[in-house]
Amino acid sequence: MNLYAYIIRRLLYVIPVLLGVCLVIFVLFNLVAPDPAYTLLGKHATPQQIAELHHELGMDRPFLVQYLDTVKTAFTFNFGYSWTSKQNIWEMIKAGAGPSLSITGPLFIISNIVAISLALLVAFYRGKLIDKFVLILSIAGMSIPSLAVVLFGQWFFAYKLGMFEISGYEHGFPQFIPYVILPVILYTFISFGGDTRFYRTVILDEAYQDYVRTARSKGLSEMVVMFKHVLKNSMIPILTQIIIQIPSLILGLLFAESFFSIPGLGAMTINAINTSDFPVIKAMTIMSAVGFILFGVLTDVLYTVVDPRLKLK
Amino acid sequence: MSRANKQSKSLLENALIKVVSEKLSLIALIIVVIYFSVALLTSMGVLASNWGLEIGSSYGPPSFDAVKNIFGLDIFGRSVLLKTIKATETAVVIGVVVSMISIIIGTSLGMLAGYFGGLVDELIVWFYTTFSSIPGVMLLVAIAFILGKGTFTVFLSLGLTSWVGLCRIVRAEVMKHKEREYIQAANAIGATHTQKLVKHILPNISHLLIINFTQTFDSAVKAEVVLSFLGLGVVGRPSWGTMIDDSKLELARGVWWQLAAATVAMFFIVLAFNILGDALRDALDPKLKGK
Repeated sequence: MNLYAYIIRRLLYVIPVLLGVCLVIFVLFNLVAPDPAYTLLGKHATPQQIAELHHELGMDRPFLVQYLDTVKTAFTFNFGYSWTSKQNIWEMIKAGAGPSLSITGPLFIISNIVAISLALLVAFYRGKLIDKFVLILSIAGMSIPSLAVVLFGQWFFAYKLGMFEISGYEHGFPQFIPYVILPVILYTFISFGGDTRFYRTVILDEAYQDYVRTARSKGLSEMVVMFKHVLKNSMIPILTQIIIQIPSLILGLLFAESFFSIPGLGAMTINAINTSDFPVIKAMTIMSAVGFILFGVLTDVLYTVVDPRLKLK
Repeated sequence: MSRANKQSKSLLENALIKVVSEKLSLIALIIVVIYFSVALLTSMGVLASNWGLEIGSSYGPPSFDAVKNIFGLDIFGRSVLLKTIKATETAVVIGVVVSMISIIIGTSLGMLAGYFGGLVDELIVWFYTTFSSIPGVMLLVAIAFILGKGTFTVFLSLGLTSWVGLCRIVRAEVMKHKEREYIQAANAIGATHTQKLVKHILPNISHLLIINFTQTFDSAVKAEVVLSFLGLGVVGRPSWGTMIDDSKLELARGVWWQLAAATVAMFFIVLAFNILGDALRDALDPKLKGK
């Protein structure tokens, strides 16, 4: 099978997956979820009011029509209106994306640089004391609950020591920086353990291949072997891991945004949960799933383009 | 007893010997045993049965007057130490139940897909691709939000979001096993599909379930904190998640002990399971040896 046929096949597979995702979301939000009448109308609603509301929300239509409606939403991103703020949800998402990206963007870059450099360092000195030290530090870092890190970090560095802004946000490029420094530092700390361990495994996977032994037996220095041979070959899984993180950047950070009062999508999601705002949560679920699927395809296609060893099936 | 059974037992025995013979993994195993014993004693009412008792003033700071006071008191004047111990039971129950749900769904779907292939396989692969296409946090949040607050929600939402990884591995492994000679032999003596799957293949892939248990236990205990933060956590008994979540209002008043106690308690069990999981994987999965 040639490359183009594979890419087209991979793109076509998006359709059943997207339909499946819509099915899961439909089952959750339209079938399992409790009747929204209680949330929207309160305890003393009359049966007639409830029937009117059901009609207004389209809940009295056949399930198939409601399901197709969910599918349509996944393509048009026409999510309707929030129950609590009555705003257009797509407008809310657009407004929240900027603040979210102003934390997740720098975090994405910094945390990956930190993790990959550390992983390279310990892979270079594999089996030595520094390798064991960083490995144990990574596992220890992974074992601290992230909420505790955010709570403690905000209290200690911002409240006690006054080194950073405790909370708040200003729109616009240089103005937002003071507000995002601490969340970015804390989340780099939260993610470095898992990331470093992952990249270390990826690099070591390559370090034990036959061609590496050949390179070494030719008398090449460890530096050349590691950076010219091993790093080049482990770039593919590393890049895959990096690309796959991109769609979650838009989700924002659940904990940090509400604690640091950053008006992003993470804070919006939390707010929607606290106020039982079904359409907003449904919209966030659909949007993030679509992002995941698209970037998944992108990763797969890139993978086959850059790695000729991969068998196409 | 079939031969496959004996073999898998000796594999597990060997793994256990390996885990015990290494200092780091032995310590991890001991920590896990201690936590599980504490949880068991707590559930039998031997330990921390009076955790709900008011023993002093609200937010009494830590002191060494009595053992009960070393982690201070909470808003209702209850001992934070006893709450932390009681919460150990909550965490262990969540970890075990969630892992069981994940193992049951993941293993049965993975085995069916790998064994029968064809349309069954395609359906199941489509099903788990669908599930894994929704970002984990969003799916967890959506399920928990829809089911509403409570312990049942914690079990189900965490269980339903953690089976895909195992399902994938089991499917791939069963695909290999069904071509092996011992299955051909089972075919020859007229074994049914159920017999082949449950009696012959399952014991040979059981090591995957054990490795998965250590991972799922860890992620369930950690995710419980997320659910508590969203107000969707366990009700009616203390949990590390609710203790950490409570402390968001306490820190500004200088009350740090509830956060510290829950974090430290959680840290050691998660760390121990992490180390133990790695050691078990090295011991049980020969392909990964030497890394």
